[in-house]
Amino acid sequence: METNNAALQVRGLRKSYDELHVLKGVDFDVARGSIFALLGSNGAGKTTIVRILTTLLKPDSGTASVDGFDVVSQPARVRESVSLTGQFAAVDEILTGRENLILIAKLRHVKSAGTVADDLLGRFGLADAAERRVSTYSGGMRRRLDIAMSLIGNPRIIFLDEPTTGLDPEGRIEVWKVIQNLADSGTTVLLTTQYLDEAEKLADRIAILHEGTIIVSGTLEDLRKLLPPAKVEYVERQPSLEEIFLAIVGSDKREQR
Amino acid sequence: MSTHFFSDTSVMLGRSLRHVTRSMDTIITVTIMPIAFMLLFVYVFGGAIRAGSGNYVNYLMPGILLIAIASGIAYTAFRLFTDLQSGIFERFHSMPIVRSSVLWAHVLTSLVSNMISVVVIVGVGLLIGFRSSAGVLAWLAVAGILVLFTLTLTWIAVIAGLSAKSADGAGAFSYPIIFLPFISSAFVPTASMPGPVRAFAENQPVTSIVNTIRALFEQQPVGTDIWIALAWCAGILVVAYTIAMAVYRRKIA
Repeated sequence: METNNAALQVRGLRKSYDELHVLKGVDFDVARGSIFALLGSNGAGKTTIVRILTTLLKPDSGTASVDGFDVVSQPARVRESVSLTGQFAAVDEILTGRENLILIAKLRHVKSAGTVADDLLGRFGLADAAERRVSTYSGGMRRRLDIAMSLIGNPRIIFLDEPTTGLDPEGRIEVWKVIQNLADSGTTVLLTTQYLDEAEKLADRIAILHEGTIIVSGTLEDLRKLLPPAKVEYVERQPSLEEIFLAIVGSDKREQR
Repeated sequence: MSTHFFSDTSVMLGRSLRHVTRSMDTIITVTIMPIAFMLLFVYVFGGAIRAGSGNYVNYLMPGILLIAIASGIAYTAFRLFTDLQSGIFERFHSMPIVRSSVLWAHVLTSLVSNMISVVVIVGVGLLIGFRSSAGVLAWLAVAGILVLFTLTLTWIAVIAGLSAKSADGAGAFSYPIIFLPFISSAFVPTASMPGPVRAFAENQPVTSIVNTIRALFEQQPVGTDIWIALAWCAGILVVAYTIAMAVYRRKIA
C-alpha cells in the first residue's frame, strides 16, 4: 500500500561508466510530502541517482518511477512532475535575477510570469538585487535564486543535489528553512548531502549510499538503533563554532549578501 | 509537446540574444577584425595588388564577410560550451520543454548575430567605397548564400561546443576556417598563385562561394560557381548536422 502512494520508487537500479560500476542495485522508496536524504561521500553515486530520476541519464537496468511515471518509458511525464537543483547553481549569469525567474516561468508556461518572479524574489530576499546581473551575486544569493527557479510551476517532487555545498553557515540555515517549508507545503524533497548534520536536521528518512548500494536506510531513530545504546556521561557542553560564529556575526545581514 | 516547439524556442532565443546584446564586446570583436583586414588590404596592400579591374573594396567584400562569419561562429561554440558547463543545459533538459529547442536557439542566435556583423561590415564598406549595382534579387541571393554558409559553420560550431573540454578549445576549431579565405580567390586571383597552392585554392569551398558572391555584386553571370558553392555548403551542412546530433544524443542519453 505504501508503494502505491510513493512519490519515488527505485528498484535494482544499476549504472556503469565503462568499467566503473557506480550503482550496483539501488532500492528505495520515498513517501509523498517527506524529505528523503541520500547520504554518501564524494563519488558514491548520489548525483548519478539524481540524474537518472530527473531523466538526464538512462539506467543500465532496474526501474525507477517518479510520481507514478517510469523514468525510461515516460520521461516527458516525469519532467512535468519534477524540478532539479543541481550541484552547481544552474543560473544564467548574464541575465538578471528577475529575468532568470521569468525565463523558467515562460518555459513552464506559467501565466503572469512577472508576478511569479516578483513573489519569489521577495520570498528569497532577492528583491533588492532583482535587476542586477547574476554575475554580481554572491554564492548564497545564486543558490537561493537557483532554488527559487526550481519552485516555479509548483513541481510535486524537488531534487536538491548538495544544495548547501559551498555556502556559509547563514546561507545553509536559510536553505534549510526553504527545504523545511517545501516539505510542510506537501512537496516531496529528495536531498543529497555529504553533511551528516544536514541530513539529521531535515530528513524524515535517511539512506546511506556506499560503494553503489544503499547500506542502511530508515529514520534517524532507526539508524541510532544500529549503534550500541547511548550511555549517560556528564560532559561540559562548549558552544559549537557555528553557534559562536552566528552569535558574533548576527543574522540580520541577510539582505546584503 | 511539439506544439510548444516554437514558443519554447522563441523563449530560448530571447535568452541567448540577450547574451549577444549584453556582451557587445563579442560583436565588436567579430566585426572589428574583418574591418581591420579590409582597411589593411585596401589602404596598405591594395596599391600593390592588381586584382582585376578597378575597385579593390568590391573585390574584397565577399572574402571579408566570410572571415567575419567564420570568426563569429566561435562565439556560438563558446556560448554552448558555457551552457553545458554551468549546468543550465541540464536544468533545461530536466524541464517539460521540447529538448531540441535548447540547441535550435543557439543556432538561430548564431544566425542573427552573424547577420548583424555582416550588415555592420557592409556599412563600413560603403563608407570606404564599396559599391554594388546588384538588384534586389541578387542581394537576396547573396543573403541566402551567407545564411547557408553561416548555418553550415554553426553546426560545426555545435560539434565543437558540445565536445570541447575547455572554453579555449571550444573556439579553437574556427582558426583554420578563418584562414581558408586567405588561400582562396578572396584577396588575389588564384591565377597568381604557384601550382599546388593554386590547385588547393581553386578546389576548396571558399573560392566558389567568394566567386559567386562577387559575381552577384557585380551583376556578372554566376556560372557553375554557384552550384559548386551550394553543393559544398549543403554537403558540409548535412555531415556537420548529422555528427552534431549524434554527439548531442550521446551527451543527453
